Amino acid sequence: MIKNILNLGDAALYCDFGSDVNQEINSNVIKYFYQIKKLNLKGITNLTPSYNKLIISYDLNIHSFLSLKKKIENIEIKENNKLEKNLIKIPVCCDNNFALDIKRVENKLKLKSEIILEKFFSKNYFCYMTGFVAGMPFLGDLNQEMRLKRLETPRVKVPKGSVGITEQFCNIYTFETPGGWNILGNTPQNIFDTSNQSNPNLVNPGDTIKFYRITLDQYNEIKR
Amino acid sequence: MKSKDRNYFKILRAGINTTYQDLGRNNLYHIGIPFSGAMDKRNFQLLNSLLQNDYNSPVIEFAYQGPHLRYFGKDIFFCISGNVSFKIITKEGVIDGNSYQCYLLKNGDEVDIRSTNKSVYGYFSINGTFGVDYYWGSCSINTQAQIGPNNGNKFSKDLEIEIIDINNSFNKRKLDYLGSTIENIRVIKGTNYDYFSESSQNKFFKESFKITKLSDRMGMRLEGPKIENIVDPNIKSEGLVKGVIQITSAGDPIIMLSDHGTIGGYPKIATVISADYDRLVQLTPGSNIKFKDVSLEDAETLYKLYQMESNNLISQIK
Repeated sequence: MIKNILNLGDAALYCDFGSDVNQEINSNVIKYFYQIKKLNLKGITNLTPSYNKLIISYDLNIHSFLSLKKKIENIEIKENNKLEKNLIKIPVCCDNNFALDIKRVENKLKLKSEIILEKFFSKNYFCYMTGFVAGMPFLGDLNQEMRLKRLETPRVKVPKGSVGITEQFCNIYTFETPGGWNILGNTPQNIFDTSNQSNPNLVNPGDTIKFYRITLDQYNEIKR
Repeated sequence: MKSKDRNYFKILRAGINTTYQDLGRNNLYHIGIPFSGAMDKRNFQLLNSLLQNDYNSPVIEFAYQGPHLRYFGKDIFFCISGNVSFKIITKEGVIDGNSYQCYLLKNGDEVDIRSTNKSVYGYFSINGTFGVDYYWGSCSINTQAQIGPNNGNKFSKDLEIEIIDINNSFNKRKLDYLGSTIENIRVIKGTNYDYFSESSQNKFFKESFKITKLSDRMGMRLEGPKIENIVDPNIKSEGLVKGVIQITSAGDPIIMLSDHGTIGGYPKIATVISADYDRLVQLTPGSNIKFKDVSLEDAETLYKLYQMESNNLISQIK
């Protein structure tokens, strides 16, 4: 299922699963990710699954590119190896103070805000990967009529908890960071829990997300 | 703990980006947490070797200007690695200290770490152990994600640095070492090398790039000839590793450093080889970088040589 293994620098394998972004290719990436993780190979220092790539970082004192490449090529993935999938419900408040880009989205999509939000909340989203900053989930896919580009000029600070869309994807800002996604609302739920050492991520690759809408009062209630 | 039993430093001036660091945390990229850890691993390793500490003991890292510390407690030794100017202030007077040399501190003495010279990072530690909390097996502070001791924040004035253990059988040691500099930064061509025009590929290796002030533990932004993308200024977001050189939509290189975002969507033109990373991070804003293309096989050999050189330095400590 891996099409090609290249090197990324001198201490990482770049496993290419294809160039398209879809759940089938991504599920293959995630299967390899879990399988390699389970093997607990000595000298592997990081595994980074994304839409259609898996990057394997290793300790140069233990592996060389060619020796590790051979090991990875010989890994067998059982076809019936089912992904563990959780359905996670996440509350989102779309009060004007939180929906920072709703006007922009209305203009770009030529849809009224209520229609946009109705479409947004009517769908379940698949988690392709987490990262960039700790715990940030990359979710998809948005319906065709909901797709737009990111902001021309990224925000210097996107508030923590912001829920944003761009192209076919949506995400949740787990920390206040710079970013350019179109923000539709904010969740009071903690998506990344630093104090939980064993499983800090609420959402993991392969999970399904159901967003549901809450009022400002409900938001403040949960926040408290 | 009774205060008379405590051994600690009080921070009179925090310095710039002063944090605890060790070798960092592994196997967390998939949830968005980078390695972190000491930026310059060789100086980290030399410091713990000089102080006869465990190889992964926490040290204090600082950039450009270090902290000014006052010590309270029983006699202790400290040492600093990197190219650093510092003063030791005791009842007997003020002396200039040398890096890679251990000094005694008595109750009330001070260490004033004035600056790093022609370099960015320096390291401070003691013949003992700082009292730090561990997060995912590491005490490294990642200020961007607020992970690590001190609530994931850099040090501030008046903070007290606890020492939980002192190695009493320690003898003063030193190393004669002037540091290691490098002319060119060696790289391996990246997975998106063919996204760039032939003339830009040539410019990338022939011309020099200036390190801008927008450089920190996350990344190093460069400016120089614009690198022209002829395919697509974005790729589908995918994993990054430290040392990856991405080209932004504006055509400028940005090098991923130890606290980098774990995934990114800019094309990768090249990756800095592991052997040159410690020296890369020590280059100061305003200085120029030239990149040199090497093969993967050469990079693997150069890393082994670099490690042998480090081990050789450790064996020279006396």
